[in-house]
Amino acid sequence: MTLSRSARWLLRGAMALGLAFIYLPLSIVLVNSFNADRTFAWPPPRWTTEWWARAWENAGAREALWTSVQAGLGATAIALLLGSLVAFAVQRYRFFGRETVSLLVVLPIALPGIVTGIALDTAFRSVLAPFGIDKGLFSVIVGHATFCVVVVYNNVLARLRRSGGNLQEASADLGADGWQTFRYVTFPVLRSALLAGGLLAFGLSFDEIIVTTFTAGPGVQTLPIWIFSNLFRPNQAPVINVVAAVLIVASVVPIYLAQRLSDTAGGGRL
Amino acid sequence: MATSTLDRPAGGATAARGPVRRLSAWLHRHAGVRLAALLAAPLFWLVVAYLGALAVLFVSALWTVNGFTGEVVRQPTLDNFRTIVTDEVYRTVALRSVGVAAAVTVIDTLIALPMAFYMAKVAKPRHRRWLVVAILTPLWASYLVKAYAWRVLLANGGPVDWLFGGPGSGPGYGLGATVLVLAYLWLPYMILPIYAGLERLPDSLLEASADLGARAGRTFRAVVLPVVVPSVIAGSIFTFSLSLGDYITVQIVGGKTQLIGNLVYVNIGAANNLPFAAALATIPVLIMVGYLVAVRRSGALEEL
Repeated sequence: MTLSRSARWLLRGAMALGLAFIYLPLSIVLVNSFNADRTFAWPPPRWTTEWWARAWENAGAREALWTSVQAGLGATAIALLLGSLVAFAVQRYRFFGRETVSLLVVLPIALPGIVTGIALDTAFRSVLAPFGIDKGLFSVIVGHATFCVVVVYNNVLARLRRSGGNLQEASADLGADGWQTFRYVTFPVLRSALLAGGLLAFGLSFDEIIVTTFTAGPGVQTLPIWIFSNLFRPNQAPVINVVAAVLIVASVVPIYLAQRLSDTAGGGRL
Repeated sequence: MATSTLDRPAGGATAARGPVRRLSAWLHRHAGVRLAALLAAPLFWLVVAYLGALAVLFVSALWTVNGFTGEVVRQPTLDNFRTIVTDEVYRTVALRSVGVAAAVTVIDTLIALPMAFYMAKVAKPRHRRWLVVAILTPLWASYLVKAYAWRVLLANGGPVDWLFGGPGSGPGYGLGATVLVLAYLWLPYMILPIYAGLERLPDSLLEASADLGARAGRTFRAVVLPVVVPSVIAGSIFTFSLSLGDYITVQIVGGKTQLIGNLVYVNIGAANNLPFAAALATIPVLIMVGYLVAVRRSGALEEL
């Protein structure tokens, strides 16, 4: 496009300012994890690695991390199964209510988290409690899976649309039964879409706090819940800050994986 | 490669696969059964577990709580909604929440437009991929961590105070901080759809507009804007909806500010009035449904 020189420089400046706006707060957290002052006085008077050692030894943080990983893996597994099933149904068949089904899948993430949270909480209390099943890690997994289905669904559906049905038909013409076609043709086509969707689902679950607040049983603390409950305790501040710094650094991992997996820069669709 | 793997079971395995083959052939003839098998589990989950729960929630908005016993009275009445409409406090909080969501959306649009335009039309193609990664990476950094980062930034004696010349001289926590942090949190959700929309706009159209004598402003209005509007609406669905339901950020940087989310949360927890909480929660849902219906015709929903 023919833009004047000054317009180009203005846009370049806006981009640089925007990126600074995005990354400065995150880098302050990284810097503060070495700030020796307990209240993060700025500029830092002295430097220390003590908080990192303390965070490493913090049992609460470790336990919460493990709970988050379990919840994320459980929710991702369910979302992969349910999301793929719906994507196959919507892509391969024309049926009454097809549009409604695709709307229904999006609903849990389109409505405010607090609405999904209370709705599930009410359902657990009125349906599961009479059977003597209390809220626990299981209910967190159910809650997370409900809004994770959509990311797997979107990724698998996009891939199915792009690959079309010709490969499957060719496979059937060559004499393969349904299972063989799935095992040797459909699944390899879908593999990277499933990985991208699964990665997004795990990320969503790992980060979720609102639905978790309402679906977690007593004593079940995911990492976000643990961070939030310690956020307002001044003597925990340095440890929280280190955990935050670790999470910022760790966010590079899924981006790297998504880049490896996928031809689109984002590694899939939200 | 594919043929060799498909050839493999053709030998001795065929006999053992008899039942599988018969089942597969039977399923092939019965499309309805296949569809039912595909949809049974997900629909059971989404309709029974989720829609059922939502229905119970909205029905319970019509119930009340007995002031003495604290038990839910299951008699339909519009009392909760009457309180919300007539009581000054709830009207103020609802309006404030909508105002915050609107302000966040406007701020994000203003920041996102030049950034997305630079990414899609000015940056060299080989830099584009990296710019997209730079916008996406913070989406993976935890929501809570980002809100926390701003809590540290805006703290009394923190970096922002230091910038303004000492403890207590910065803006501190409050309504302004809430808008700022929400805008920060949802910015990528606005940049990405606008970028995607602009990337699909061929450069030749912009050149044609310039060749025909249009200045940059005219090109923007006549060529870029029609493409960008659906993308901005798509982004605004995220920024608006996510801001409207938020109650965590407000607690972290909002000081004493209250939004709808806080009131819902308080009524479930401390006040133990689930019916009233449900009634309050219908406000953001109605606003979002209204918004989605209003923008449906703009083509924004295909941009999501």
